[in-house]
Amino acid sequence: MEQLTNRAQAVNRSPMTFSERIYLPAIFKGLTITLGHIFKKKATYNYPEVKRPFSPTFRGLHVLNRDEEGRERCTACGLCALACPAEAITMEAAERKPGEENLYREEKYAAKYEINMLRCIFCGFCEEACPKDAIYMSETVMPANYTRESFIYKKEDLLIPHPKKQENA
Amino acid sequence: MSEVQKFKVTIDNIAVEVAPGTTILNAARMIGGDVTPPAMCYYSKLQDSGGKCRTCLVEVSKGSEKDPRPMPKLVASCRTTVMDGMEVKNITSDKVLDARKGVVEFLLMNHPLDCPVCDQAGECDLQDLSYEHGTEKTRYEFDRRTFEKEDIGPYIQLHMTRCILCFRCVYTADQLTNKRQHGILDRGEHSEISTYLSKSLDNEFIGNVIDVCPVGALTDKTFRFKNRVWFTKAVDAHRDCPTCSGKVRLWMRGEEVFRVTARKDQWGEVEEWICNDCRFHKKETKDWVIEGPTKIRRSSVMSQNHYINEVVPQPELINDVIGKNPKLLFDIHSESDVNRPDVDLSKIEGPAHSNDFKKNKPE
Repeated sequence: MEQLTNRAQAVNRSPMTFSERIYLPAIFKGLTITLGHIFKKKATYNYPEVKRPFSPTFRGLHVLNRDEEGRERCTACGLCALACPAEAITMEAAERKPGEENLYREEKYAAKYEINMLRCIFCGFCEEACPKDAIYMSETVMPANYTRESFIYKKEDLLIPHPKKQENA
Repeated sequence: MSEVQKFKVTIDNIAVEVAPGTTILNAARMIGGDVTPPAMCYYSKLQDSGGKCRTCLVEVSKGSEKDPRPMPKLVASCRTTVMDGMEVKNITSDKVLDARKGVVEFLLMNHPLDCPVCDQAGECDLQDLSYEHGTEKTRYEFDRRTFEKEDIGPYIQLHMTRCILCFRCVYTADQLTNKRQHGILDRGEHSEISTYLSKSLDNEFIGNVIDVCPVGALTDKTFRFKNRVWFTKAVDAHRDCPTCSGKVRLWMRGEEVFRVTARKDQWGEVEEWICNDCRFHKKETKDWVIEGPTKIRRSSVMSQNHYINEVVPQPELINDVIGKNPKLLFDIHSESDVNRPDVDLSKIEGPAHSNDFKKNKPE
């Protein structure tokens, strides 16, 4: 067969020497490597006591942002859902009624907003597409759960706490 | 030449023979493609339209065979008729491209940046135009003009801040209906579309002003905020209508008809006007005979996330190991609040409000 590279080597099939046949040198060599690792720095963290630092570009669980007055920023423009390669985001828009100005920033808002975390691949395209600075990906890992129902994140699960209500509490 | 004399005109080095009296824009449309100047106000189906937006400006480098001098200024191609031997430069002229960029900047000066809210987004001529010719930044430092909100009836939503004063809707109302009830009041920067004495518009064909509007100033109130246009699927359909041709385009999602519009040709112009009854009241699939999906340019956002292939029923999968059908572990409607089977957004008159979603979930 024609070779693609010249890196292939023929396997050495000559009979083993005496030192190879008693296996002891190879066993000791292996044990030294194992023992050497005891004195090296541990690669693991004792989660949850010690948390691993996130990289600055880490893309975790989504949050829906509010503005300074605590109004929802999302206007249900659908660009996040359009950008989403996994089609995880769905929404339904509604018109703001008079008297709801303190709840929603624009005259149109997302009455329903859902992210199916079973579908989400945490690519961050939604964050990039958002023209209203409404959706962000936080530095939180997606919590595991037992039921599929708990992975449908609704607007109430995604919204950040109201800034003013938090101060009073 | 015989009885029909034809004028030879060269646009961007492409020669075309047209009948005398043809405008440069229409001659360019006969060639088609990139050499066609964009038009925001000109509408071939409306008499006297054009000459207002200045986006179709072209350079005439040779007036005619008899008088080969170039025209001193850029001319509006929708209003200038061709002469024999005329040479026109559109995309080959830097002057035109520069002027068009300026025109787009002027049009966007008072145009609000509310595309995320606007229902026209995705099929907006101004969006396309500014994407192609405009600059991303604005140099305008003052407040954009605002208007008092005005209700012009139950079917049409007027957003005066978005209007670019193309006058298309005024001509539509003038030429399609015998009693015009709206027009442009005031002058210059203060001019606005309004109904005289706040009369509501109740003419059979007045809904066509929605299709004619190049921006989101006039939008369908029965579709308002229901869905984004690119999430709905365009389907050509027709019905036996006593008042109009009944040939329409349905914008569907699943089995729900969200919006009905007239069919538009490659220049974004309505092929046949449709009546209000077809547009606003026939929001059920059973009202229509569906002809098939509309052909949409692949570059358009409207063709995103649409699967046009037929759904072929799959053979039932029986698991070899356990010997029975795989069990559906999770029905999305049992948990999700979006697209609830008991809330038909397309059936709600006007936009949805917070109380439309408050119905209890039947379980």
